[in-house]
Amino acid sequence: MTAEGAKLFEERSQRILDAVELREPDRVPFSTHWHFWPARYAGMTCREAMYEHARFDAAVRKAVLDLEPDSFALMQPGVALGPAFDEMGFRMLEWPGHGVGEDSSYQYIDREYMTADEYDDYILDPTGFFLRKYLPRVAEAFEGFAGFPDFPAFPYLGIAHSTSAFATPEMAQSFERLAAAGQKINEVFGSALPMALEMTEHGFPTVFGSFSMAPYDYIADYMRGSRGAMLDMFRHEEKMIAAIDKARAVIVRGTIERGASLPSKTVFIPLHWGLDGFMSGEQFEKFYWPSLRDLMVELIDAGMTPLILWEGDCESRLEVIGEIPAGKAIYFFERTDPFKAKAVLGDTVCLRGFVPASLLTTGKPSQVEDYCKRLIDGCAPGGGLIVDGSIGIPDDARVENVFAMRDAVWKYGQAR
Amino acid sequence: MSDEDRSLVDAIVGMREQEAVELASARLEAGCEPIQILDLCKEAMDVVGRNFEEGEFFIPELVMAGEILSQISEVVKPHLKADAEAPGERLGTVVLGTVQGDIHDIGKNIVAFMLDVNDFEVCDLGVDVAPERFIEAIEQQSPDIVALSGFLTLSFGSMKSTIEAIEKAGLRDAVKIMIGGGQVDEAILEYTGADSFGANAMSAVNLCRQWKAEA
Repeated sequence: MTAEGAKLFEERSQRILDAVELREPDRVPFSTHWHFWPARYAGMTCREAMYEHARFDAAVRKAVLDLEPDSFALMQPGVALGPAFDEMGFRMLEWPGHGVGEDSSYQYIDREYMTADEYDDYILDPTGFFLRKYLPRVAEAFEGFAGFPDFPAFPYLGIAHSTSAFATPEMAQSFERLAAAGQKINEVFGSALPMALEMTEHGFPTVFGSFSMAPYDYIADYMRGSRGAMLDMFRHEEKMIAAIDKARAVIVRGTIERGASLPSKTVFIPLHWGLDGFMSGEQFEKFYWPSLRDLMVELIDAGMTPLILWEGDCESRLEVIGEIPAGKAIYFFERTDPFKAKAVLGDTVCLRGFVPASLLTTGKPSQVEDYCKRLIDGCAPGGGLIVDGSIGIPDDARVENVFAMRDAVWKYGQAR
Repeated sequence: MSDEDRSLVDAIVGMREQEAVELASARLEAGCEPIQILDLCKEAMDVVGRNFEEGEFFIPELVMAGEILSQISEVVKPHLKADAEAPGERLGTVVLGTVQGDIHDIGKNIVAFMLDVNDFEVCDLGVDVAPERFIEAIEQQSPDIVALSGFLTLSFGSMKSTIEAIEKAGLRDAVKIMIGGGQVDEAILEYTGADSFGANAMSAVNLCRQWKAEA
């Protein structure tokens, strides 16, 4: 690393750390979470970004070098997945060329992957449930796993007997397809991680470490579907809470294990179903918050920094979600009022985001500048602010608006 | 309202699914007119809608109430005489869909359900709906209102081009257009040229009512 790169890396890292630990940094940090925006900026379609990982790496590199953010999301493992999806016959989303157009981002399909009467199966043995039931539903390549042996039920000689399951053509085919998918994933990581290191040498920290989720969202998004989960709150309260608790333990263990091998200790956690309107305060405090809070505290205790994206408007939750250790996490807000968030949470957690997607996508640079000035004037004093788009940089943000956001932070965000 | 009627309404509003369905069955067996049961359901949904508007209820209650309603309808259906099956008077017709490029449907489905239980005829075009399909539906259904839904930022552009296409087809003055979804706000309203936007399903219902009253 050059001396200049090392110095800039140190400065930027310190700026972010000061913000997280609620001290006033030398300047308000400007960070970029994003998905497809770097591709658009480099003139690539969404499909190209998903299928041509080396070109997408180059697009992210260009966006980082041009924008000079204080930290950036290493999004290749969240974008360049087209070939792996093809190899495995993934069914949980639609992506360009598979259900959506060439220039649409991939989109999750809200569907029931676990029925209500399978809660007990999941709670007893999440791994067995995933192997034999869940995985064959979510991707073609796992279909052979329907016959995966129930090893814990048959130890000793049973272990030997169980190997017969691996002699079936279905299982062989599954392993073949999964190996092909794994190869594609290795290619994505194989170039994304060196690219992150290269950016480090240029002085740009990546905040993207492990990825995690709220236990309720895990059940609602990936198992029961949003509708099933809403009905379960009325019909299967106890089982749902038991499953959420089991999921929390599984998620925390995995997040900590995976995080150990990644360059950043920041854990990105986007939230989907806990916002205002999607459930009552009472439901939030019963089904959503306790497991999320425990998950955050466990990650914090393991030395990680949860970066929680509170989608939508969460104004009614502000008091409750302040029950976490101070100076240890980042709350990324989409539509929650920044000044109310600052008033309630300013002494507890670093705030990030806010610059509206609508403004970045359809507004003018002068409007972006005005917004950022107001945001910084109201939220920067005392520290604990990182400016970013409200959901990161929207895929469709106008280039001049993204630069206007950066310039406004540089102009108005200097320590006073 | 009789005590028995009140119990059914209370069970629905209280989200007591099994009790509500059992009460409806018992009333039918005791000789109650099926149409009266449906009227009570309607009354319960009015309370549910009001509670939603007042911030007492949230989307899970709307989904659960919808589930109870459809179970009661199943129970009532065999008892309905053929001539009683005609739907009640509708306040107006709404053509609804998630715009081109976007396949998110949760918000759209809730809006469709709330409009339906509030006496609007809903023509739901589904997701990833091209401008031409909206135009075709407007020509065929002659709706009062067109509702465009979208969750992604790319939907802003699709909403705009859909409204432009409606304009170009000479149909803009024939309909009121509302937009809604995750990130839609005043700025997007202005950008797309729609007539109004709503933050949730009840504001969609209220806008439709207001526009019908003004028409």
